[in-house]
Amino acid sequence: MEFLLVTLAVIVLSFAADKGKTLAGLKGGIRKFLNILPALMVMLILASLALALVPEDLISRSLSGGNRYLAALLGLAGGSLAVMPGFIAFPLGGILRNQGVPYMVIAAFTSSLMMVGILTFPVEKQFFGTRFALVRNLVSLIISALVALAMGLVFGELLP
Amino acid sequence: MKTGRLLAKNLGEMAAILPCAFILIGLFEAWVKRETVEKHLGEGAGWKSYLWVILLGGITLGPMLVALPVASALWKKGAALSVVTAYLGASAVCRIPMTIFEASYLGVPFTLVRYATAIPLVLLSSVGVGRALRDRMLPP
Repeated sequence: MEFLLVTLAVIVLSFAADKGKTLAGLKGGIRKFLNILPALMVMLILASLALALVPEDLISRSLSGGNRYLAALLGLAGGSLAVMPGFIAFPLGGILRNQGVPYMVIAAFTSSLMMVGILTFPVEKQFFGTRFALVRNLVSLIISALVALAMGLVFGELLP
Repeated sequence: MKTGRLLAKNLGEMAAILPCAFILIGLFEAWVKRETVEKHLGEGAGWKSYLWVILLGGITLGPMLVALPVASALWKKGAALSVVTAYLGASAVCRIPMTIFEASYLGVPFTLVRYATAIPLVLLSSVGVGRALRDRMLPP
């Protein structure tokens, strides 16, 4: 909602400043949106299917207790696969934390969720090519793992 | 059945955000002169260009799907590949609305540790990725 208001305000300001530029910008933006729409639909269908197939309590059960390094790896994998907005992911992280899931596991999940995108790969490939998309996602996965390790170090979770 | 319901919900969310995001991107492209971005973000623009993209990443709204077209626009406007890569990283690491959510649910120390680890790693790796792939990319 706020986003819509911000956008409308920007359009009005831009229009007041320069009609031609604004129209060109609107046209360009809409064209770009239509170009990306097919890849977007594929991503949405895959994400919905994946979320529907995984039972909800399986996620929290497999992330707490047991081997925390394995759980962190699961977090990395889940975060790389999932597509969800921050206003869902962080409340979820808070819930998991309350259930005793270590910070390093939560960080592995939220960090890879934001940085790595397997389902958005087709879109990234379309913009920058396969090689770049592959390298950037791999590097981001490594960074997420290092962030998780740093969390484990700072919060004293590395040793059981 | 459940898939359909989730799909409808996800579609609704995307329908509310993405058209706005793309309109903002379109306006950004219409207003921001290539020369300005080149000066701040081009090859040989120096370390200050990384400050610019961290700032830009911080104010990016929405998920990676929104950052990708912005990054593509930057690249087409003449920004260096390493800087474009740094922008993608920064938009994933230090988006302001996301950070606010994170700090309120997981605590400020969590956010500080993540920033202190991820930002230097993003900057270092972006320089590496940019140098390695610069000459092997298709023209934008």
